[in-house]
Amino acid sequence: MSSLTTHIGALTLKNPVMTASGTFGYGLEFEDLVDLTRIGGIIVKGTTLEPRQGNPYPRMAETAHGMLNCVGLQNKGVDYFCKHIYPQIKDIDSQFVVNVSGSSPETYAECAARVAELERIEAIELNISCPNVRQGGMAFGTTCAGAASVVKAVRAVYPKTLIVKLSPNVTDITEIARAVEAEGADAVSLINTLMGMAIDAERQRPVLSIKTGGLSGPAVKPVALRMVWQVFEAVQIPIVGLGGIMNATDAVEFLLAGARAVEIGTANFIDPAVTVKVVDGINEYLDRHNCASVEDIIGAAH
Amino acid sequence: MNTKKHILDLSVAQVRELSAGYVEIHLRAADGKMPEMLPGQFVQVRVDGSPETFLRRPISVNLLTRTGAEGGACCDATGNDGAADELWLLVHAVGDGTRALARLQAGDTLNIVGPLGNGFTLPAEGADARPLLVGGGVGTAPLLFLGQELAARGVRPTFLLGGRREADIMQLEHFRRFGDVALTTEDGSAGERGFVTQHSLWRDAAYTQIYTCGPKLMMVNVARMARERGIPCEVSLENMMACGLGACLCCVENTVDGHVCVCTEGPVFDAKRLNIDH
Repeated sequence: MSSLTTHIGALTLKNPVMTASGTFGYGLEFEDLVDLTRIGGIIVKGTTLEPRQGNPYPRMAETAHGMLNCVGLQNKGVDYFCKHIYPQIKDIDSQFVVNVSGSSPETYAECAARVAELERIEAIELNISCPNVRQGGMAFGTTCAGAASVVKAVRAVYPKTLIVKLSPNVTDITEIARAVEAEGADAVSLINTLMGMAIDAERQRPVLSIKTGGLSGPAVKPVALRMVWQVFEAVQIPIVGLGGIMNATDAVEFLLAGARAVEIGTANFIDPAVTVKVVDGINEYLDRHNCASVEDIIGAAH
Repeated sequence: MNTKKHILDLSVAQVRELSAGYVEIHLRAADGKMPEMLPGQFVQVRVDGSPETFLRRPISVNLLTRTGAEGGACCDATGNDGAADELWLLVHAVGDGTRALARLQAGDTLNIVGPLGNGFTLPAEGADARPLLVGGGVGTAPLLFLGQELAARGVRPTFLLGGRREADIMQLEHFRRFGDVALTTEDGSAGERGFVTQHSLWRDAAYTQIYTCGPKLMMVNVARMARERGIPCEVSLENMMACGLGACLCCVENTVDGHVCVCTEGPVFDAKRLNIDH
C-alpha cells in the first residue's frame, strides 16, 4: 500500500483524486452512490456573489466521446452556499473546495472573502475560464492582464490555498499560468472546457441555446495532457490536471505529465462511483511499479 | 418521499418487441430483489456496445412486478416465472443509444443508476379519486406503473392513450388490467380518430386528477384542458439530461421558480409550476 497523500499549497489531500466543479454538485447528490470520504477533494459547483439563473435550455449536446454544455454558472449565490450547503458538508471527511466565479475582480474578491470565513473550506478554485457567460469568466482567463487582475484582487482578501482554473481557449496557456503564479496563486488547475458547438442538421440550427458551449469528456484528454505537460515546465506552483479522465490510467498519465492531483468531471455522469475506482486504480498502479508514494510519479514522464 | 439511489448491474430476463422500434425490456437483480421505486421515477441506463453513445439514457420505470405481490398475475401473462422482481423499461429506438438498447437480448447485463426523480403524487388512501392518465407514444410508459399503484390502492384509473396509428399504442393488455382504457389515433386505426385532447370522454367526465406524459405539445394541451376544467394536473417532462442526479444542471426547465433540474425536482411537475400553459 503506497502513500496517496498529496499537497496543493497548504491543502493536504488524502489522495490525488478530486471531483471537477459542476459535475458533482455539492457531493451530497452522490451520497447514496459513492463513499464521499474516500475522495481526496470535492470541488463544488461554481459559486458567485449573487444568485444566477444561467443560460436557457437546451444546455447540453452529446458529441463524439464527450459532451458540450452551456450551463452558464447557474447557482444560488454564495450566501445560500454558506447558510444552507456548508452546514451539510462541513463534517464530511474530505476536502471541500469552492469554485468561485464573478463578473469583475471586485465580485470575485467579495465572493472569495465570504468563503474564506468558512473554517472547513481550506481552498478555493478561481474560475477565470468559464466559456458560457458573457461577462467575466473566460474573458479574464484569456489574457495575462485579465487573469492577473482577478488573482491580484482575490489574493489580497483570501489567505488560504488559491487554485486558479485556466482556460485552454488561448494561444499559449503557459503565459497565463506564469501570470497567475506571479500574482501569488498557490496552484493552477487545467483545463476548463474547450469551446465548441453542435449543429442539428435536420433543424439547421445550433443545438445549444447560446450556440456555443464547452467541450468535455475523453475527446479533450490529449489536449489537456499536453497543456499540463507544458505548464509543468513553465511554473513552479503545483498543477491540478483535468480533462477527460475516465479511469485510473488516464489519471496516472496526468500525474506523470506533472499534475500533483487530478479532477474527474464528466466521467461522474457515466459512473457516479468512478472516483473511488480511480483512487483504487492509482494505488494498484503504484504498488505494481514499486512506488512508495504518489509523489514518486508526479512529473516522472519528463 | 426519498428513495435510495443505487448503481445496479441487472440481467435482462426478456426483451419483447411490441411494435416496430418499441421494445419492452424486463430486468432482474442477482438477488431477485428490486429496490423501492415510485411511479414516475426513472433510471439512467448505461449504453454499452454503441461507440457513438457517451452519456447514459434516462428511461422511465414502466412497471415493477414484485414476487408474491398482489397483481402478480400480471407476470404470468408475460412469462415471468415469479422467481424474481422485475423492472420493466419501455424503449423507443430513435437514436444510436436507444437502438443499442433495443438490441439487448436475454442474458445480457444492463447497468442502471436509480431510481431517480420525484414521481407522481398519489391520492391519499381511501380517497374517492377518479384519476385520468393521458399518454402519447412512448410517454405511456410511466403511466402503466402509476396505474398499477393506483389499482393497488383501490383506485380505478381511466387511461387515455394516443398514437399516430394503432401500432403506436402498446401494452394495452396490461393497461386494461388496471383500469378503463380509451384510445385515439390520428389515422383512426384504433379508438377515436384525432388527438387525445379531442376524445369524447373530455365532454362529460368529472375527474379528480390528471396525470400526463408524452410529447410536450400534447402535455401543454392536456394541461390547458385540465386548467379549464379546474382539475389538478401533473406533467412528466423528459428534457435532455447528462447526470440525472442534479449535478450538471443541463436538464433545467423554466418554471415559476426559475430554472430547476427536471432530474431531481421532476420529472413530474404540477402543471401550475411550469411556464408552458399560456
